[in-house]
Amino acid sequence: MNHYELIVIGGGPAGLAAALAAYEQGLRKILIVERDKELGGILNQCIHNGFGLHHFKEELTGPEYAGRFVEMLKDTNVEVALDTMVLEITREREVHAVSVAKGYQVLKGDSVILAMGCRERTRGAIAIPGDRPAGVFTAGTAQRYLNMEGYMVGRRIVILGSGDIGLIMARRMTLEGAKVLACVEVMPYSGGLNRNIVQCLQDYDIPLYLSHTITDIRGKGRVEGVTVSQVDARRNPIPGTEMHFDCDTVLLSVGLIPENELTRQAEITMDPRTNGAVVYENMETALPGVFACGNVVHVHDLVDFVTAESMRAGRAAAAYVQKGEADDAGLITLKNGDGVTYTVPQRIRPGNVENAEVFFRVNRVCGASEIRVMSGDTQIAKFKRAHLAPGEMERIMLPKKLLEKAGSELTVGIVEL
Amino acid sequence: MFDVAIIGCGVVGAATAFMLSQRECSVVVLEKENDVATGATRANSAIIHAGYDPEPGTKMARLNVRGVELAQKLCKELDVPYIQNGSLVLAFDETDDKTVEKLYHRGVENGVPGLEIISGDEARKREPNLSKQVTSALWAPSAGIINPWEYALAMIETAVRNGVELRRECAVTGLNKTDAGWSIETTKGTVEAKYVVNAAGVHSEEIHNMAAEPAFKIIPNRGEYYLMDKSDGGRANSVLFQCPSAAGKGVLISPTVGGNLIVGPSADNAEDGDCVGTTAAGLASVREKAMKTMPDLTYRGAIRNFAGMRANSDQADFFVQVSAPGFVDLACIKSPGLSAAPAIAEEAVVLLEGEGLALPAKAECITTRRRIIFNELTQEEKAKVIAGNPLYGRVICRCETITEGEIVHSLHCPVPPVSIDGVKRRAGAGLGRCQGGFCGPRVAEIIARELGIPMVDMLKDTAGTNILIGETKQKNK
Ligand SMILES: Cc1cc2nc3c(=O)[nH]c(=O)nc-3n(C[C@H](O)[C@H](O)[C@H](O)COP(=O)(O)OP(=O)(O)OC[C@H]3O[C@@H](n4cnc5c(N)ncnc54)[C@H](O)[C@@H]3O)c2cc1C
Ligand SMILES: Cc1cc2nc3c(=O)[nH]c(=O)nc-3n(C[C@H](O)[C@H](O)[C@H](O)COP(=O)(O)OP(=O)(O)OC[C@H]3O[C@@H](n4cnc5c(N)ncnc54)[C@H](O)[C@@H]3O)c2cc1C
Repeated sequence: MNHYELIVIGGGPAGLAAALAAYEQGLRKILIVERDKELGGILNQCIHNGFGLHHFKEELTGPEYAGRFVEMLKDTNVEVALDTMVLEITREREVHAVSVAKGYQVLKGDSVILAMGCRERTRGAIAIPGDRPAGVFTAGTAQRYLNMEGYMVGRRIVILGSGDIGLIMARRMTLEGAKVLACVEVMPYSGGLNRNIVQCLQDYDIPLYLSHTITDIRGKGRVEGVTVSQVDARRNPIPGTEMHFDCDTVLLSVGLIPENELTRQAEITMDPRTNGAVVYENMETALPGVFACGNVVHVHDLVDFVTAESMRAGRAAAAYVQKGEADDAGLITLKNGDGVTYTVPQRIRPGNVENAEVFFRVNRVCGASEIRVMSGDTQIAKFKRAHLAPGEMERIMLPKKLLEKAGSELTVGIVEL
Repeated sequence: MFDVAIIGCGVVGAATAFMLSQRECSVVVLEKENDVATGATRANSAIIHAGYDPEPGTKMARLNVRGVELAQKLCKELDVPYIQNGSLVLAFDETDDKTVEKLYHRGVENGVPGLEIISGDEARKREPNLSKQVTSALWAPSAGIINPWEYALAMIETAVRNGVELRRECAVTGLNKTDAGWSIETTKGTVEAKYVVNAAGVHSEEIHNMAAEPAFKIIPNRGEYYLMDKSDGGRANSVLFQCPSAAGKGVLISPTVGGNLIVGPSADNAEDGDCVGTTAAGLASVREKAMKTMPDLTYRGAIRNFAGMRANSDQADFFVQVSAPGFVDLACIKSPGLSAAPAIAEEAVVLLEGEGLALPAKAECITTRRRIIFNELTQEEKAKVIAGNPLYGRVICRCETITEGEIVHSLHCPVPPVSIDGVKRRAGAGLGRCQGGFCGPRVAEIIARELGIPMVDMLKDTAGTNILIGETKQKNK
């Protein structure tokens, strides 16, 4: 059996950063397993600018951002198995993988990092009624056809969902000569970054219909048209508000789901709110020695945060291999207070960190607000924000001395001022 | 000149071709679409009904019960996913209790084996997610679940290997009686055959009327469904029907052979028998009715909706008979048509013989089929399969773990697919929770490579379902 100190599953930005960080900490037997024929993950199809502002302090395209990490890998002895799919991981950290080159392999890791990314929600998941013609794509699939294979998927487009991929594709399709008729969002606010709303919709005069949804798709061979209706506060279509669009394509940008089949199979504790594993401050899952980072834990909008989080996972995996299990004295569980849909991490071991970085998302758009961290009835920290939105991930730092004061539970909530 | 021309290649046409392929005769199957099993056969509840439903004495009753026997045998021989997991018809009040008793007696009369009436508590013991309102249930151990299109595919593939000719994109537009038999006009020219079998599903009335005086009327009826993720597949162990009542037939909840959960169908008459779209109202009615069986069922795990078109008619029974000299109708095949299909085919053979066609058994023919389903193999078997053909080491569909080996194999089978959905129906790629979002482009590439179809001509499914409209500006340069 092949033995490694660390096996990283997934060679997207998360897996790459994690492997490099573990290498920097001194691990010398590291393997990255990637099912695609190249490293880089979803970044390879994101040929637009806007990656790396935080991490590299410059604007890169997706492939450029990934390229930097792939370049850094060259100076290490980290092994990479491309075109290799992990089928299963066991609780003993055996990794079962298949490939054309090496057949069926069972690999053993002293530690494992899960970095499998996420997949897109589809039409079936949101039950759009109507015909089932060709021309209904998830935005990411269309992006792949366009950017990686060089094919146009349609000429007259309606986009459902205002997630970032949909917004990016609105601009991309427009530049390719297609007409984007509308971007339709069921919520009263956009799910994407504000900068993308401005740069991808407003700059091209593409209307954004908030509190609207597609209620019918028509077409025998190819899509011929859609009906869009306004929705009420409970997201039910309002009769009489129907608008018809003649289009040949519907792009769906209705959310991403972390890809956790392997995690579930290994019976690692999951958080139903993130659809990812429950993790500690160092990105360790409930199964000792198995860590998770990037979109497989929770959906990120900025790759820079993926990188930061993944380096933490990589360092922690190295520490696990070198020093053994972390000390979990004084374990703190994070709870979601008012307006907060999830936090990552969900658990903090104060003995294990200097500053605990906590990511979370809010469930509504707010103006000037305060993020409050409570231990029972006592407020132990607060953070001011000029603006909060579900489409933008929030980040706070909880210093060690604060954590030491906290009880066994901390609640993160928001209050609009 | 063929001995027999079969019109339509759904499960009924495929079964008939399969049965005839074991006899000494020449057979052509004419199918209007670019693939087989794209009608009712691909969009239904996928249940092999035990046979307590049809009125005793009808063809439907006899062929249903016989069909179950044959399905058990054929699925084993032809490697078709089939699980005999039994069914429960659930009663929710005293009227239903009486219906359950009536169905029990009807079933006994029809010769359905092993029927039993059980209490609500016993039903809940077997099905923990069942509603507390269930008062009693009819248990039918011979009911099962099947992959319906694979069933049809297995039979037509084997028929083709035995020498049957399949012509696709060949719609029948007219029938003329000749001295020797029939001259069949199609969109691909004229076909001559001594005998004609009408297995055109929802279009069987049109075909009948080309050969004989009108005798029945098809009333297309749409059934809509939810298909749920595999994580929901365990919510039911058996097929859970609701008691038919004044309010209608109710909906069923059942696991599928793929491990998903299926919920439906609705029932609405439809103008256009080819229009298998879903509707907000239909889907809502499915959700509402299913709640009665499983109050806690949520649709968070939904991965797909679809609708199928029943060939309902003004006939109470299947219309299986000789309607003109040398012209056999296998028409009005509504539910339990899938269950009865091979028995209907046996009946067709008898009817053809009755019309004077000699059908001696072939001395040698193929009646079995084997496939490699990578995901179902043990670790050792997987290693061995990849060693034999490395393409089995490349997973293309990550949700269902379908390998390139399986996809390439399907593209070179006796009835090869010509579209992404065609590959889906054969190899299973794209059936899972991401519905081909991930593997679609990759499958398209493999089809292009293996069959020499240019990417820009790639079809999602039947003719006209092109997925791409051309190359991008950059690629053009
Ligand atoms: C369309 C789009 C636009 C974006 N735009 C921006 C932007 O402008 N700016 C920005 O900062 N961020 C952007 N992001 C976000 C950023 O790209 C993602 O957050 C980041 O790529 C996530 O990295 P990851 O490594 O977790 O996942 P991924 O990039 O998805 O990588 C996961 C990898 O794991 C592999 N894998 C999965 N399962 C297995 C298995 N079983 N065996 C082997 N390998 C496996 C996959 O093939 C993949 O390569 C965008 C994302 C998308 C999708
Ligand atoms: C919603 C629903 C649920 C059902 N559930 C069940 C169930 O659980 N169990 C069960 O046993 N049965 C069930 N059934 C019934 C079963 O699906 C059908 O009885 C069976 O599939 C009918 O098969 P077929 O071959 O007659 O028709 P089809 O599968 O419709 O095939 C007819 C074929 O004829 C072709 N054709 C039509 N016109 C022409 C022409 N002019 N020229 C050439 N070809 C032509 C079509 O393209 C098609 O391929 C259900 C049906 C529906 C709609």
